[in-house]
Amino acid sequence: MLELHGVACVRGGRTLFARLDCQVAAGRLLRVRGVNGAGKTSLLRMVCGLLPAAQGQILWRGEPIRDLGEQFGRELVYLGHAAALKDDLSAIENLQSACLLGGLRVSREQALQALTRAGLPGRGRTPARHLSQGQRRRVALARLLLSSSTPLWVLDEPFNALDSAATDGLCSLLQAHLVQGGVVVLTSHQDVALDALDDRLVPLTLGVQPA
Amino acid sequence: MTDAPSPSLPAAGMWQAMRGLVARDLRLALRRRADPLSVLVFFVLVASLFPLGVGPEPELLRAMGPGVVFVAALLAAMLSLGRMFADDFHDGTLEQLLLSACPLPLLVAAKILAHWICSGLLLALVSPLLALQFDLGAVATGVLLLALLVVTPLLSLIGAVGAALTVGVRGAAVLMPLLILPLCVPALIFGTAAVEASRSGMETMGHFSLLGAFLVLALVGTPWATATALRIALE
Repeated sequence: MLELHGVACVRGGRTLFARLDCQVAAGRLLRVRGVNGAGKTSLLRMVCGLLPAAQGQILWRGEPIRDLGEQFGRELVYLGHAAALKDDLSAIENLQSACLLGGLRVSREQALQALTRAGLPGRGRTPARHLSQGQRRRVALARLLLSSSTPLWVLDEPFNALDSAATDGLCSLLQAHLVQGGVVVLTSHQDVALDALDDRLVPLTLGVQPA
Repeated sequence: MTDAPSPSLPAAGMWQAMRGLVARDLRLALRRRADPLSVLVFFVLVASLFPLGVGPEPELLRAMGPGVVFVAALLAAMLSLGRMFADDFHDGTLEQLLLSACPLPLLVAAKILAHWICSGLLLALVSPLLALQFDLGAVATGVLLLALLVVTPLLSLIGAVGAALTVGVRGAAVLMPLLILPLCVPALIFGTAAVEASRSGMETMGHFSLLGAFLVLALVGTPWATATALRIALE
């Protein structure tokens, strides 16, 4: 589904990685690792199409993502470092507007249901500014619950700030997505969290080749 | 998070995404009323200082009234334009706009529309009040209102390009007006000229035609330019 051909990343005049080749089939999880500054987030942003690759090509279903345009946006969910929440909007409104941009129409009830399942019962009307870091993260994860039909998930440190219950919940969510034939790309420092998904893991470590 | 079956959701079209974005931005403005209100108060204050500063000669005030109102509107617009994309940039929602299933220029157009409703439209609607201070007369006041209704969307459209070019840049508050103000000069000239013409009993249609042409040109061009600038800014 997702292919990287000879991808290179140059940030601030430094080559972070080059000649990166990788193939992720349907139902697989690409787990990107590397020391701080190795280019993990840059790679994720390249996979989303936010950052053009300095060299090489990234293909989705055999087509360069640059040519796919908005069609790719329909097939992709990206959760970045920031939770992408508006402080003045409630959790429900945040979730609804995020899904609408991703091409999904979500009713208030569906949004509330997803928030409850994500471990935020009764918090739907709370403005995002009153949510803790972990709770903000959970609102972002509620979007994944609603996006099971979206094939590609790109998650930047999704386990950050989550408690153990939410970590387990996210793991089972990822597993369900992979079983459905989805593709997940994520960075994570936590080792244990993904043990259950071992057979579907495609490991990728950045920063090993000499600069 | 449990493994209950996920609902299959209806797909949202481009119009729904755009409408949703306009509604979101308007709701944000309503929740943070201080932002649009401060722009409005600034506009009224700046325009009110001139009569106090130059003295109460009616003929002088009448002559400079339209120009003062337009310049004040221009400055007030600069005040609000800086926040157009900066907030979205800082909380990460701008990235989500770029990755949307809806074409970015259309989303940008939706944001510009929301910005205009929260700033330009309000400015235009209070302008008759300021016209009173300058003793412009009923007809000239009407023309002023109409001219502002054409010029303020133009400011939002042109301003969006500047806001997108300076998003995430240090010193954006100074850089953006430097980029935008020269481009707004035609709008200023023809807007003021329309009011002047009506004051001296001349035909205003020519000025409005030119302003309309500028507006159409900006409507077609600036959302695309803004979208491109945003893509570059987020690389």
